[in-house]
Amino acid sequence: MIPVELTDTFPKEILETVSRNDRRTTLSIKPSAVLPISEFLFRKLQFRFIIASALHTKRGFEIYYHFSQDSTGLVLNLHVLLDRDRPEVESLSNLFDATNWIEREMHELFGINFLNHPNLDQLLSEGNWAKGEYPYRKRFKSNGEEQQ
Amino acid sequence: MSKKTLIPVGPYHPLQEEPELFKLYCDGEIVKDVKWETGYNHRGIEKLSEQKSYEEVFFLVERICGICSTSHPFAFANAVEEIAEVEVPNRAKYIRSIIAELERLHSHLLWVGLAGHFLGYNTVFMWAWKYREPVLDLFEMITGNRNSYAMFQVGGVRRDISNDQITAIKEVLEMVRKKTDMLTGAVMDDPVIHARTKGVGILTREDIHNFGAVGPTARASGVAMDVRKDDPYAAYPLVDWKVITAEAGDVFAKAEVRLLEMYESISIIEQCLDGLMKEKEGEITAKVKYIPEGYGTGHAEAPRGEVFHFVLSDGSNSPARHKIRAPSYTNIATFKKSCIGQSISDATISLAAVDPCYCCTERLAVAIDLRSGRRMMNAREIIEHSGKITNQLLNDA
Repeated sequence: MIPVELTDTFPKEILETVSRNDRRTTLSIKPSAVLPISEFLFRKLQFRFIIASALHTKRGFEIYYHFSQDSTGLVLNLHVLLDRDRPEVESLSNLFDATNWIEREMHELFGINFLNHPNLDQLLSEGNWAKGEYPYRKRFKSNGEEQQ
Repeated sequence: MSKKTLIPVGPYHPLQEEPELFKLYCDGEIVKDVKWETGYNHRGIEKLSEQKSYEEVFFLVERICGICSTSHPFAFANAVEEIAEVEVPNRAKYIRSIIAELERLHSHLLWVGLAGHFLGYNTVFMWAWKYREPVLDLFEMITGNRNSYAMFQVGGVRRDISNDQITAIKEVLEMVRKKTDMLTGAVMDDPVIHARTKGVGILTREDIHNFGAVGPTARASGVAMDVRKDDPYAAYPLVDWKVITAEAGDVFAKAEVRLLEMYESISIIEQCLDGLMKEKEGEITAKVKYIPEGYGTGHAEAPRGEVFHFVLSDGSNSPARHKIRAPSYTNIATFKKSCIGQSISDATISLAAVDPCYCCTERLAVAIDLRSGRRMMNAREIIEHSGKITNQLLNDA
C-alpha cells in the first residue's frame, strides 16, 4: 500500500500509480520531482534506497528508483522518463550516499547525466571505454553473432 | 600540514584473492581517507542476460558469485515469477529454502574462517573451513555439484531431494551444529578476538540507512531487516525462525550475528526437511507457458544481505533489461565510514567485516562495437594501461 502522506504531499507530481499487489507499487513521477519525493521517502518515511535501474527503450531513457519499506515489505518504484537526446536528472547523492555509485554507473553505461553529483568519474571502467560510447544502450551490441 | 601516505590494498588483495583496489590515505598509522577502484572484474552480465533465454539466465546469474551462487537465481526467479504470476509448489519452496540456507551455512563458515585468518588466528581459519567441507559434500549429494548448483528454474526447481536423503542430511546438520558450538565458543570467548574486533569499524543505524547497507552488516547495527521476514518468499513464512540482531555495530557484532544465524539456518533446514516429508515426491515445478510483458522486482536474502533483481520483459523469451544489485554493492561503500579514523591494522578487518564479494559487486568480455567493428581495448593496450595505473599510483604516493 502506498503511504497516504506521500500522495497527499505530492498530488501533482505523481502522474500514475500502478499497484501489482500490497507489496509492489510503481509511481510514475515528473523528473523534476525525483529529489523532493526521494527526500520525503528517505527522511520522513524512513524508506531504504535499494538501487536504481536505468533502461534504454523506444520512449527514451527511463529510470526506476527502487525503495523499500522494510517494516511492511513494500517495494516502491519511482519511475521517471527522461529525454531521448539529452537524458539528465537531478542527482540524489547529496541527499544520501547510497545512490553515489549507481548514479556514476548509470552515467558511465547509459550516458545519463546526473546534475550536481559530487563526483561523476567512471566507476567500473576507469576510462577504459572510448569517450561517448555507452555499452548498455540498445544500439551497442556486445556479441555480434547472436544479435545480427 | 603533514603529508598523507598512500597504502594500496590490491589490486589483488593478499587475503581475499579477489581483484579490487583500496587506496588508504594515511597520516602515520591513522587512515584519513579511503578510495576504491573497481572494474577489474566487470563481466557485463546484465548485458549478456539480454541475449539469453530465461532458462539460460539462471546459469548465467549463478556465476555472478561463486559463494552465494543460489541467491542470484533465487532473486531472479522471484522477479520472473512475479511477472508471470506463478505459484510455486510447496515442495519446490522447501527445496529452494533448504539450498539457500545450506549456502548461508557454508558462506558464514567461510567468512568466520577468513576473519580469523585476517586477524592472524589461523586455528579458527582451519576449523571453520574444515567444517564447511561436509556442507559442500551435502550440496554434491543433493545437486551433484559442490557449487553452482543449477537448482532453479521458473516455476520451481530442477531436481528433487528424495525422502531417502533426508536422514543423511540431518546427520550432517547435527554434526555441523556441534562444531558451530565449538566455533562460537572459540570466537566469542577469545580475549584476543575481543581486543581486535570490539569497538572497531563501528557503523551506526544512521550510517546503515545512509549507505543502504543490508544483511548481517545492517543487523549488527540493530537494524532488524531481513528480506526473508519483511517480504517473505519461498518456505520462510512456513517455518519458525527469528531475525538475529546485535546493537554494537562493530566487527565483533557482525561476527556474532553471523555465528548465531548459522543456528537459525540449521533450524530452518530441519523444519523444511520435515515439511518435505509431507509433500509428494516429484511435484517440484509449476508449468509456465510464457513470460508476459511487464516488469518484476525480485529480492532474496543472500548470506551477505539482500540481492535485488529487476527484470523487464517484452514478451519475448529473454529479458529486455535485467538489473542486478548484489549486497556488497551497498555494503562495501560503508568503508568510507568504518575505516576512516582507524589504524591501518584495523582497516583490513573493518573492510573484511562486511564480507565483501567483489565478483558480485561488478558484473567484460572483449567488447566489439558493431558499427565500427572496433575492439574497445586489445591485450597490449590492457598491459600498457595497467602499467600506466601502477605509475599513477606511485606518483600519487
